[in-house]
Amino acid sequence: MGGYISSIFGSSILTWITFLPLIGMVAMLFIPSGKDEDKKANTDKIFKWMTVGITFIQLVMAVFIYMNYNNALTGVNVMDKFQFVEKVSWIRASLPLVGNLNIDYFVGIDGLSAPMVLLTALICFCASLASFSIKKSVKGYFLMYLLLDVGMMGVFVSLDFFLFYVFWELMLLPMYFLIGIWGGPRKEYAAIKFFIYTLIGSVFMLLVMIALYFSVGSFNMLDMMNPANYAPDSLLAGLNTTWRYVAFIALFVGFAIKVPIVPFHTWLPDAHVEAPTPISVILAGVLLKMGTYGILRINFAMFPDATLHFQDLLAVLGVVSIIYGALCALGQFKVGKRDLKKMIAYSSVSHMGYVILGMSSLRPEGMVGAVMQMFNHGTITAMLFLIVGVIYERSHKRGLDDFGGLANKMPIFMGITAIAFFGAIGLPGLSGFISESLVFLGAFKAYPIITMFAGLGIILGAGYMLWALQKVFFGKLPDVWSGPWDPTKKLYKHDDVNALELGALIPLAVAVILFGIMPNPLINMMSATLNHLIEFVQTSPALFSSLM
Amino acid sequence: MAPETLLTLGIVILLLPLLTFAILIFFGKRMGRVSGYIGTTILGLDLLLAIYVLITKYTTNFAETIANGSTGIFIKGALVQVKFNWFSIGKLDIAVGFGIDNLTAMMLLVVTLISFLVHLFSLEYMKEEERFPRFYAYLGLFSFSMLGIVLANNFLFMYVFWELVGISSYLLIGFWYEKDSAANAGKKAFLVNRVGDFGFLIGILFMYSTYGTFMFDEIFKSMGMGVMPFGSGLFLTIAGLLIFCGAIGKSAQFPLHVWLPDAMEGPTPVSALIHAATMVAAGVYMVARVFPIFTADASLVIAYVGAITAFIAATIAITQNDFKRVLAYSTVSQLGYMVMALGVGAFTTGFFHLVTHAWFKAALFLASGSVIYAMHRAAHALHDHHTDVQDIRNLGGLKKTMPWTYYTFLFVTLALCGVPLTSGFLSKDAILASTLAFGMLTGHWIIPLIGFASAGMTAFYMFRLTILSFHGKPRTEIAKKTRENNFPIVFPLVLLAIISVWGFYSMNPTNAHTGWFYEKIQQPASAVPENLQWKHNLIEKKFDGESTDLAVGAQHKTVHEISQFEETVEQAHYPAMGLSILIAGGGILFAFMIYQFKWFDADKFSRQLGIIYKFSFNKWYFDEIYAATVIGGTVLGAKVLALFDNYVIDGVVNGASLVTRFSAKLTGIFDNVVVDGIVNLIAKITGFFGATAQKMQTGRIQTYVILAVIGLITLIYIFI
Amino acid sequence: MTIGLTSYLIVSALLFCLGLFAVVTRKNAILVLMGLELILNAANINFIAFAKYGGFNIEGHVAVIFVIILAAAEAAVALAIVLNIYQNYRHLNVDEINKLKN
Repeated sequence: MGGYISSIFGSSILTWITFLPLIGMVAMLFIPSGKDEDKKANTDKIFKWMTVGITFIQLVMAVFIYMNYNNALTGVNVMDKFQFVEKVSWIRASLPLVGNLNIDYFVGIDGLSAPMVLLTALICFCASLASFSIKKSVKGYFLMYLLLDVGMMGVFVSLDFFLFYVFWELMLLPMYFLIGIWGGPRKEYAAIKFFIYTLIGSVFMLLVMIALYFSVGSFNMLDMMNPANYAPDSLLAGLNTTWRYVAFIALFVGFAIKVPIVPFHTWLPDAHVEAPTPISVILAGVLLKMGTYGILRINFAMFPDATLHFQDLLAVLGVVSIIYGALCALGQFKVGKRDLKKMIAYSSVSHMGYVILGMSSLRPEGMVGAVMQMFNHGTITAMLFLIVGVIYERSHKRGLDDFGGLANKMPIFMGITAIAFFGAIGLPGLSGFISESLVFLGAFKAYPIITMFAGLGIILGAGYMLWALQKVFFGKLPDVWSGPWDPTKKLYKHDDVNALELGALIPLAVAVILFGIMPNPLINMMSATLNHLIEFVQTSPALFSSLM
Repeated sequence: MAPETLLTLGIVILLLPLLTFAILIFFGKRMGRVSGYIGTTILGLDLLLAIYVLITKYTTNFAETIANGSTGIFIKGALVQVKFNWFSIGKLDIAVGFGIDNLTAMMLLVVTLISFLVHLFSLEYMKEEERFPRFYAYLGLFSFSMLGIVLANNFLFMYVFWELVGISSYLLIGFWYEKDSAANAGKKAFLVNRVGDFGFLIGILFMYSTYGTFMFDEIFKSMGMGVMPFGSGLFLTIAGLLIFCGAIGKSAQFPLHVWLPDAMEGPTPVSALIHAATMVAAGVYMVARVFPIFTADASLVIAYVGAITAFIAATIAITQNDFKRVLAYSTVSQLGYMVMALGVGAFTTGFFHLVTHAWFKAALFLASGSVIYAMHRAAHALHDHHTDVQDIRNLGGLKKTMPWTYYTFLFVTLALCGVPLTSGFLSKDAILASTLAFGMLTGHWIIPLIGFASAGMTAFYMFRLTILSFHGKPRTEIAKKTRENNFPIVFPLVLLAIISVWGFYSMNPTNAHTGWFYEKIQQPASAVPENLQWKHNLIEKKFDGESTDLAVGAQHKTVHEISQFEETVEQAHYPAMGLSILIAGGGILFAFMIYQFKWFDADKFSRQLGIIYKFSFNKWYFDEIYAATVIGGTVLGAKVLALFDNYVIDGVVNGASLVTRFSAKLTGIFDNVVVDGIVNLIAKITGFFGATAQKMQTGRIQTYVILAVIGLITLIYIFI
Repeated sequence: MTIGLTSYLIVSALLFCLGLFAVVTRKNAILVLMGLELILNAANINFIAFAKYGGFNIEGHVAVIFVIILAAAEAAVALAIVLNIYQNYRHLNVDEINKLKN
């Protein structure tokens, strides 16, 4: 089987997995959307299943990558320790003033990006199933969806900074439209807020990228990680210089907006509240991870000196995010529209704080916990948003006060919801526990005091999650919905989850349970790389300064 | 038996209830009533296995193994354990495992027996329930988690199963989630426990970051070699107390005891299982399991927490009117006793009380279930759905209608009060003796004082409950119509009452120290440096080098190396016994005087007590205080922060956008008027010239020709 | 007076003026074309005259033949256009054929 697949894709599986959606998109462009209602319904169905098929193939390829992945190889800054590498020269131009432009099509994965590729494929597949509820201009939606898929996958596999940036921006555009066209009542506001916020981040990133390019003379990320490659009199040369700190902070802000870290987080609740369900799923499941991925891949590896310098600040920011996000989530019970989605959005802020705290510890437990938390938050929060989507689909409401007693009406749904909610509060046996405890174990060694504060997050987290669970699922069913089902009142239909929704939820639930009981497969995949990253960050500044 | 078999059996005992859960959660709906039989059968099997393990463990001496490698099977003293790596981070292995020593074996029996009886009891009690299979599934999950705590030989698994116990109790307490009160109670239980777990987690982090392992035996060993968190004895005390926080939450100790009475919203069998014998005992068990890490200071705090809990809960129990709530506060009080016993250093005694209390308190709860069930049926027959069948003021005279329930209830009440010839007498008396000895040695007299006072109150409120419920005349129609329940309900009561007889633990009805229990379950040596221990606990090392080996289970004490504390306990035994009989008798007598013979008017009495009565009746206003401070503060903080986020942070963002838009507008105007004005001006001028010139362009060839000729002529004229 | 270069030039100048006059004053497209022919022929006479008296020699004749060929071609194209214009406008008044104007 494996040999057969590899004979199809050759050694370019990363290219295939990244650009497969693009092929699907082009194919889709050639299928005209039907004119009248009946034909439109038919073609819409074709678009939907095409997308599901493409993302499923992507998932299969991701699993194939996972099976052929060599856990022992490290990566990070060592070219031949990367896997599935493809390197082709892309842009070679000699420009006046700028000099030679060397941009490669350079992709490859290591233990940091491999779990993210797996996560992206999984989330995209599940979200495509959840996209069946889209009614408005279906073709456009799925075109954008596939383009988004390309962008996300590309970000995780690129090893050339320019390529990385291209994919980063490529993902931004479809997201803007997906929120702005298919979103809720305040979609324009949310979309533009998301766009501008992220664009500001991108601008910072672009500036640093250019500065790095002028210092190193190449866009190759691996070259940028080697201090020896910096031209002696260039802007970012040397160690612990002001410019390097500035560059670190600029990059960090760019990524922090994406994570989001308090106080750069306010786009998230709005974007989540307005985005359609599958887009919320992708937003929480994948997009947020791009920020933390960027911090690890670029901030940590390219600026190890600055990382060590700002380590404490990072930890504090992580803890602030944890507590702040949790309190804001709790505050949703008292403030505003009491929107379930908004609460989950703030819980994301809190949970991503663990990632920051874990990575700031620069300890194996914390680092593995952080990357694992990225994966687990992806699956768990994706489930949470899918769950809200299921409720919203049936009632067109998602306020915390609009429900009650759903547990009796929808028992299967209740069971799956329990997995997601308990996963989110870090129940042992579910994946969130492993990653959160690893973060705690690592962070406590480095920062005992502030980790204690972070521990408060587990109390608050349980508080708002159980509160929401009770509000929505326990108690009595409101009168509007307790009556018998009336086909004319489709909105008040409360039958249990259907096969399609289960199809989206069950793979995620399986991942949550599986990695909660047997975290080995995931941890083994990343531990070699992350250990190497820690070692690299901690030793390379000293090593380099001794060379100077 | 080979140690592998023993451990395998232990793990089978652990996993069987999980099997129940897995079967019933997926197929329970189709099975209906059968699911109850499946659950009960599996638990019965579990119980048999646990008995077998207990007997084997207590009769076999396993040969010690020499440790090689970090994983595999290890036997040291009475502890048989297996270690394996759960997962590895590079070279860093996270090792976990299960262990069985005498303590574990006993606790396995406690959990499986109570769990089995509750399964049996629920077959009848819960039969009308719509979600019957679901109930058994949750029971299975709970039993699994509880057994996990018992078998864990490391902090990580302890915490894992600790949380699982929390969540399964959440599900069980909130089983009737249609009722808001039940859903709230479940949530409250979980959250209050989480507060304790927060401390527990930090404590574990202390341990892990100091010792680099979760294994109890390895931690004790390193600690015995002088390794301490941050190298200071103070932090060792703090770490111990943080770990004790977990027990404060789970065992409902002051100040986190508030969840337990509310948890009575759950079905009564659940109360018997969770809130009498297992979950709440988990905290005490955990303290016993990690007993060697507590320093003298930590122990003192633990003792005081236990004493305060015992006292507060006893005072509240006196005035409560809800049948189950009285029992709940009694449980809290008794848990306080256990913790107090462990705190003063009486390890075996504390655990002994856990076991005896498990039997008779489970019996009390099941008896209350029997009463409630009978009342419920009677109320149903009378179509009365308003009367609160759990309120003791609506009971009375049940002695005649429910004799089985009454006599078992009476006997276990006597056990709880510490009347001779019961197991409760043995354990309670031992605790009081230990506290008395502790007071004598350290001068902390308040601890024994509270112990004795609470014993008196216990006797009083238990007999108040008994008399009001069972004696006298029925106070309502419903109470008159009650009938005795059938076998699945009565059998567990009788069985539990039988094993509450003294003879099961010691042939001597006055002293348990000579029984098998004290022989098999012995206090582990402390791992704390000697200068941080109580002086009176130090054992004189007379001969062997083995006693310096401080790992758990290294129990090589002989009569010759008795500590000062143990000697004092022996001396204090008979005075304490006499005093406790006197006090318990007084309490019982007082209860009879007021409620049976009515020599005093209870209402008048409570009016005279005034504020004290109110204080007790309102549970010392703990809930109100917490609602006003901790919960209110958090909620307010959350609200403020959410508003802050909405208006300030987002306001800044929106403000920035506003500023940008405003400046954009300004530039727009500038652009329109000035920049565009100039451009337009140029265009206009050009246009003017164009329009003028356009007039010359008639489009007629003739005109052009004439012009050309004129031009030609002009040129010729100029140049020639 | 002998017939020399001057006489040819005078004839050709007269012819040119007549042609020019026709081009400028006539409104009928055909007549304008005829005026053009006259101008061309005036030029031709000049060429021939300079060929004989001015040392242009054979080049003058070649130029004339070129012009005649060109004039023929021009006449063919122009008449075709005129024919089309007539079919569209039913007249040949060049002043009114101004559809492309403005």
